[in-house]
Amino acid sequence: METAQPHITAQNLTMAYGDFLIQKDLNFSINRGDIFIIMGGSGCGKSTLLKIMIGLKTPTTGDVFYDGEPFWASSDAGREAVKRKFGTLFQSGALWSSMTLAENIGLALQQFTDLGAAEIREVAAYKLMLVGLAGFEDYYPNEISGGMKKRAGLARAMALDPEILFFDEPSAGLDPISAKLLDDLILELCESLGTTIVIVTHELASIFAIGVNSVFLDPVTKTQLATGNPNDLRDHHSNFEVRNFLQRGEAEDKAA
Amino acid sequence: MSKAALSVVEGDQESLAVTLSGDWLLGGQLPGPDPVLDRLRASPKPTSLAFDSQLLGKWDTGLVKTLVAINQSAGANGVQVDDTGLPAGARQLVTLAFAVEEREGARRVFRQKKFLERVGESVMAGLESAKELLTFTGELALSCRRFLSGKATYQRSDFWQYIQEAGAEALPIVSLICFLIGMIFAFVGVMQLTLFGAGIYTADLVAVAMVREMSAIMTGIIMAGRTGAAYAAQIGTMKVNEEIDALTTLGMNPIDYLVTPRVFALIVMMPLLTVYGSLMGILGGTVVGLAMLDVTLLQYVTQTIQSLHLNSLFGGLFKAIVYGILIALAGCQQGMACGNSALAVGQSTTKAVVMGIVYIVISASVLTIIYINLGI
Repeated sequence: METAQPHITAQNLTMAYGDFLIQKDLNFSINRGDIFIIMGGSGCGKSTLLKIMIGLKTPTTGDVFYDGEPFWASSDAGREAVKRKFGTLFQSGALWSSMTLAENIGLALQQFTDLGAAEIREVAAYKLMLVGLAGFEDYYPNEISGGMKKRAGLARAMALDPEILFFDEPSAGLDPISAKLLDDLILELCESLGTTIVIVTHELASIFAIGVNSVFLDPVTKTQLATGNPNDLRDHHSNFEVRNFLQRGEAEDKAA
Repeated sequence: MSKAALSVVEGDQESLAVTLSGDWLLGGQLPGPDPVLDRLRASPKPTSLAFDSQLLGKWDTGLVKTLVAINQSAGANGVQVDDTGLPAGARQLVTLAFAVEEREGARRVFRQKKFLERVGESVMAGLESAKELLTFTGELALSCRRFLSGKATYQRSDFWQYIQEAGAEALPIVSLICFLIGMIFAFVGVMQLTLFGAGIYTADLVAVAMVREMSAIMTGIIMAGRTGAAYAAQIGTMKVNEEIDALTTLGMNPIDYLVTPRVFALIVMMPLLTVYGSLMGILGGTVVGLAMLDVTLLQYVTQTIQSLHLNSLFGGLFKAIVYGILIALAGCQQGMACGNSALAVGQSTTKAVVMGIVYIVISASVLTIIYINLGI
């Protein structure tokens, strides 16, 4: 990485729902072009962390920095401007059910660019081709399968050529082949467009296949246990919980 | 099928043997684990517990749940359990049941709340929802300004669709209800007014009642049940599907995009529907009047026209606009406040209709008092 400054930095993040603490003291940084994995057991707050990063939930303390600029400490207008650089794929796809796939992808283009209707449709068709859904422009979300919805959601997330793509459990509910295809797609996008990618997942296959950097959240101590390349964490990390998670519960407790 | 049985045998050195026999199947007559549990609690405590299942026939969850209960009690009383006497499958299932420890604080404890506690909680909840409604109204007001100045981001095509749904598609039901209401008023008028020989004033009664009050109220209640409910359900479902989150992350204001166009659709369509409803009501009254009174069509129509003033019409139209705003507010606010389940969408929809109707009735009373004092 030639850029000295990390693309995204989390500093002392603490998150809670009311009095119920989810995670505290999260510190990590993500370099430009990285594929960053947020992992951890069920219910440890992975999705909540993602919600804070994309501006859907306010952190209790701490802040997220994009290109060195604080996100939550800035004005509403400043936050909107940063959000414009995001693309998000939600867990269920979250396609707008009253619109066709082309309209779903076109909405952002229509709102934030000066493109005409014909050009928007061309862009939408091209984005659908990228995710392997050529010819599905005029289908409604309820007419396609779950895997196709995920891919259409990805096409929508990429509509504005975002600098950062966020994925919430991209392979949840997909069969292994579709999940693998989606992983390959993410890798290709990352390589060809140089997009920074943040993924919430606990699919080990995906974690090792695409993850370059990661943070491991622990539901018991309610803080991060490790950060770094998932392959290194699996083999060399000193914490048993981390190794055990990444080795599917088959790690030996070598009590270092 | 042999009957399931369980017996406790005292062994030497304070050991305990539990003998299981017969078929242990759910739905059969199963003995409870109580004899074993009682023995485990009694003193002197046994040091170990073993099983003998040589005479055990078929078994399913019926057996395993009994074993789990025995194991829990043994663990609590510090008694060693030797499970080698159990069938291999049952042994594995019991081990699996205890493989993951119960998470601390996970178990919900239900307790009876005191009366004052419940009162306090409902008052707090009421205040909280009043605050939410105020916040929502404020956001909506800001959004309306953006809408009118052309700065709001929304789909023009959506707006026209809302107009159609809240307008043309409501015509049949509005026609039916207002026509019948007009007829009912006319029946009452004919019955009572002919007693004084003033039957012709039925025309006045129907026209004034419809134009000033009834058409707006009836249309409002129809639209609360039709469009207000639809708004709550549409927006609530979008909330459940994370579709609203998707809008927000794209940097679009969900109120600008989803709520304000719906509010304006009702603001535009409610007065039009109300005028139409008044006409239908007067038509219904005319039918009854002609059938039951000894008047001509010309007489009835002339009487109707003489009874109506422009003030009444404007008063009715203003009420219609107010009702439209309130219905859309109730529907959209409930939709946006919807929880994250299918059940919550149903609750939001119900609340949207109930609140819509309550708002209409309250504002109707307030407006009528204001009108009377202003002499409109």
